[in-house]
Amino acid sequence: MSEATIPSPTAEPNGFWASKRRTENITRWTVFVILILGSITMLMPVTWMLITSFKTRADVFAVPPPNSTFFQTLKFWIPIPPHPENYPQAWTVSGMYSGDSWSIFGIPIQGITFTTYTLNTLFIAVFGCLGTTISSSVVAFAFARLRFPARGPLFLLCLATMMVPTQVTMIPTFILFKNMPWWLGGPWYNNFFPLVVPAFLGGGAYNIFLMRQFFMSIPYEMDEAAKIDGCTNFGVYWRILLPLCKPALTTVAVFSFLWNWNDFLNPLIYLDSNSKKTLALGLTNFVSLYGQDYQLLMAASLIISLPIIVIFLAGQRYFIQGIATTGLK
Amino acid sequence: MTSAERKEAISAFIFLSPFLIWMVFLMGGPILAAFFLSFCKWDIFNPIQFVGFENYKEMFFNDPRFWKALYNTAYFTFLSVPIGMALSIVVALLMNQKVKGIAIFRTIYYLPSILGSGVAMAVLWKWIFNADSGLLNYVLNVFTGIPISECPKWLASEAWSKPALVIMSFWNVGGGMIIYLAGLQGIPSTLYEAAEIDGANRWQQLWTVTLPGLSPVIFFQLIVSIVGSFQIFNQVYVMTDGLGGPADSTLVMVLYIYQKFKYFQMGYSSALAFVLFVVIMLATWLQFKFSKWVYYEGELRK
Repeated sequence: MSEATIPSPTAEPNGFWASKRRTENITRWTVFVILILGSITMLMPVTWMLITSFKTRADVFAVPPPNSTFFQTLKFWIPIPPHPENYPQAWTVSGMYSGDSWSIFGIPIQGITFTTYTLNTLFIAVFGCLGTTISSSVVAFAFARLRFPARGPLFLLCLATMMVPTQVTMIPTFILFKNMPWWLGGPWYNNFFPLVVPAFLGGGAYNIFLMRQFFMSIPYEMDEAAKIDGCTNFGVYWRILLPLCKPALTTVAVFSFLWNWNDFLNPLIYLDSNSKKTLALGLTNFVSLYGQDYQLLMAASLIISLPIIVIFLAGQRYFIQGIATTGLK
Repeated sequence: MTSAERKEAISAFIFLSPFLIWMVFLMGGPILAAFFLSFCKWDIFNPIQFVGFENYKEMFFNDPRFWKALYNTAYFTFLSVPIGMALSIVVALLMNQKVKGIAIFRTIYYLPSILGSGVAMAVLWKWIFNADSGLLNYVLNVFTGIPISECPKWLASEAWSKPALVIMSFWNVGGGMIIYLAGLQGIPSTLYEAAEIDGANRWQQLWTVTLPGLSPVIFFQLIVSIVGSFQIFNQVYVMTDGLGGPADSTLVMVLYIYQKFKYFQMGYSSALAFVLFVVIMLATWLQFKFSKWVYYEGELRK
C-alpha cells in the first residue's frame, strides 16, 4: 500500500495514535456485532410469522426432538415444501363466518371476505389520513403565523389535551354520535362517520404540535414578502408554507394512515355489522374462529401488516426527518 | 385593536375553527359530561339516575377488580417504561457511533414499533408465547436447556402473563430510539471537544456531556411513555380475548373501562376513566415536580 508510507498529520506511525486507532476499531466492531445481534432479535418475531404462514397445520405444532442435529432442527424450522395456499385460504375462509350480505354499486355480494374488510379499512385510513393532514396543517398555521387574542393559552390547552386518555371522552362522544340528527347523517353508529369526521377537526394535538414546530422553522420574511405581493393569509398557507413543509406533511400523513389502519378501539365501539368491520376487527373474529390454525392466522396477520411495512419503507426518509425537526424542546 | 389586527384575528379563528369545534364538542364537552356521568347510574335505555359518590365509593371500597386493574397497569408501567427507555437510549448511543449501515439498522429497529400496537402483532405474540410450541419457550429451551414442559406458561399462567406483556413491549424500543437519535445529533460537538481537552474519557463524556444534553428528550419521552403505557389496551384485548385473564392477571385499566362500557354501566365506566385520568395527571405532575435533573442548555446563557 503506497498510501501507508505517506506520513499524514493524523496517522503518524507513532505508538500513541496507532493504539488509539486500534481501540477505536475494536469498539466499532463490538458496536457492530451488538447491533447485528439486536437486529436478529428485533426481526425474530416477524420472521417467525413469515415462516409459520408457509407451514401446514401439522408442522406448526411440531417441535424438533431433543438432541437433534443442526440440520434436523433446521428442517423443523423451514417449511419445505412451502405452502403458499395458506394465503388465499386465509383471505377467503373468513367469508364463511358471516351470513349477512352487502352490495357494491347495487350488486349484492354474498359473504364477507377480507376484501370487504380491506376496502373498509382503506376507506377509513385514506379519509382519516386526508382529514388529519389537511386540518392539522390549517390549525397549526394559525398557531404558528397569525396573531389573535389568547393564542398562548389556547395552544397550551391544545397541548394539555395530549394528557387526556381517550377513554374519558369515549362514552359522551359515543352518545353524542349515536344521537346525531339525520341532517348530519346521524345516527353515527355502524357507519364510518364517527371514525372519519373527527380527523377533519384538527387531527389531534400531537399532529398540530408537529406541524406548528415545522412552520416555525421557516423564516417569517417569506410570509411578509408574499403579503407585500398581495397574498392573503390563505395564500401564504397554501402557496408558501405548504410546499416547504412536505417532510412534515408526509410525517403526519404516514403516521395518521398507520394509526387509522391499526386503530382497534374505535372500530370496536362503533362498527357493529360484519360488512362494516375493519381488518383489525376481522382478524379478531378470525382468531376466535380459527384460534388453533396458526398458519392461517399468521398468513392473515402478514397480509394486514404488509401495507404498513411498504408505507413505512417508502416514507421513512421523510418522517425520520420530520420527527427530528419537532425538536422536542 | 386596529382594523388590520381585527382582520388577522378573524382569519385566525377561521383557520382555527376545526380545532375549536373539536375542542368544544369532542374534548371539553365530553370531559364535563363524563365527569357528570361518573356521579350517575345509567344503562342508556333507562333514565339517568344521579347517585352522588356511589360509583367512587363502590370502586374504592367494594371492587377488588378495580384495585387489581390499577395494580396490573402500574406493574406494567413500572417495569416496561424504565427498561424500555434504558434499552432505547443504549441502542441510540450505539447507533450514533458512526457504524456502517446505520440506515439499515435504524429501519430494522424501528419497524417493529411501527407494527407495534396493531392487532396483527398481538396475534403474533399470542403465538410466540404459546407454552408448548411457541417461539419463546423454544428459544429458552435452546439457550438454557430447561425442558419446554418446565418453561413458563406465559399467557396461560397467572404469574407470567404480566412479564409476558412487558417482554413484548421491548420490541417497541425503536420509537424512542428515533427520538433519542435526533436528540443526540442536537448536542453541539464543541462540548465534546471541550471535554476532550479537559482530559475526559469516553465514559466520562457520556455522563457529563451526552446524558445531560439528552435529558430534555429523556424527560419528554418519560412523560409520553408513561401516559402511553397507562393506556395499554389493544394487545391485552387480543391476547386474552377481551377477558384480561387468567384470573384477571392482565386486566388493565382501559380493558376494565371497556368491559364496564360494554355491559352498559356508563356511570361506573366514566368514574373508572376519570380515576385513570387523575392517575395520569398525578404521574405527570410528579415528574414535573422532580425534574431538577433535566438540564436545559438555554439556562446557562442567562
